[in-house]
Amino acid sequence: MKEVWADLHIHTCLSPCAEREMSPPAIVKVGRERGLHLIAICDHNSAENVAATVRAGERAGLAVLGGMEITSREEVHVLGIFPDDQACRSAQEVVYAHLGGRNDPETFGEQVLANERGEAVGRNDRLLIGASGLSLEEVIGTIHRFGGLAIAAHVDRPSFSVISQLGFIPRGLGLDGVEVCSEKPPGVPEDLPVVRSSDAHRLEEIGSRRTGFLVARPTAPEIGMALRGIEGRRIVT
Amino acid sequence: MNLSEIARKLGLEVRVGQDALTAEVRGGYASDLLSDVLAHAQEGDLWVTLQTHLNTVAVASMKGLAGIVLVNGREPQADTLEKAETENVPILVSPLPAFELIGRLYGLGLSGMRT
Repeated sequence: MKEVWADLHIHTCLSPCAEREMSPPAIVKVGRERGLHLIAICDHNSAENVAATVRAGERAGLAVLGGMEITSREEVHVLGIFPDDQACRSAQEVVYAHLGGRNDPETFGEQVLANERGEAVGRNDRLLIGASGLSLEEVIGTIHRFGGLAIAAHVDRPSFSVISQLGFIPRGLGLDGVEVCSEKPPGVPEDLPVVRSSDAHRLEEIGSRRTGFLVARPTAPEIGMALRGIEGRRIVT
Repeated sequence: MNLSEIARKLGLEVRVGQDALTAEVRGGYASDLLSDVLAHAQEGDLWVTLQTHLNTVAVASMKGLAGIVLVNGREPQADTLEKAETENVPILVSPLPAFELIGRLYGLGLSGMRT
């Protein structure tokens, strides 16, 4: 087992609200400089910059997990962090099938597809900032169907959090954890693991919040075991 | 004014909670953020929203609201209906958009302000 320090919520230039500087190699470079051992890429409702960031990470020696920050129809943000590229793409297909609208770059920002060298290779035209038609339960079900970890994003924020939208965390949701920015708010059940991550939209924010995991390898299943605190894996506090 | 009267006057359809329609409606509250409803709605309010999630029932029950009206033709989810049945929380639906429905409720004498 080793201590793996992870930032599990980082946007790339694919998210309309993120800076163009958030290219795959730049994210990986800054992540390494900040002493992170593992990052997860979670753009809004899309995983199209994941593969490039995974490759950039392989070149530079930083483990990168594929994920998405999925918006439910109640406008709750949920992080899905997946075991492999195929799972991530399959979940993305489900989200895309329930996501309407087209992006207006002037209003919301550009959605840049980048390669592992950081070059723009295209644009995504979907309204990624919008809400999917999937209920919160369906979002979590979709994440789990493809073996992912479902973490309720920034539960202590006044917008787009499960608590702001739904008042409290419904029982039996099956969340694998909650992400907290500063203080764990009242009403988060004791048995829900808490992670801290940056939700970085700019390079300087990467690693500004992080979580330590005691795991055998920096993979999604290992992080899952650490969240559950089983087989010697755990969150490091 | 009770919920049954309001439903009749505005053509609201009752999806669940037929037995609780005689309760007095004392005012109205409109919001789609359940945290906001928990913080600001008052007992006896009729709650106008487009949220169909299961949690709406718990919020309405906790705050002692007179009922929930879903706007824009939205329908409650199956689990929401089931919970509302158990909790005896009326859920009504209207094809009207929120602005229009709230205007008509106001016209009937319901207010969002309590003195």
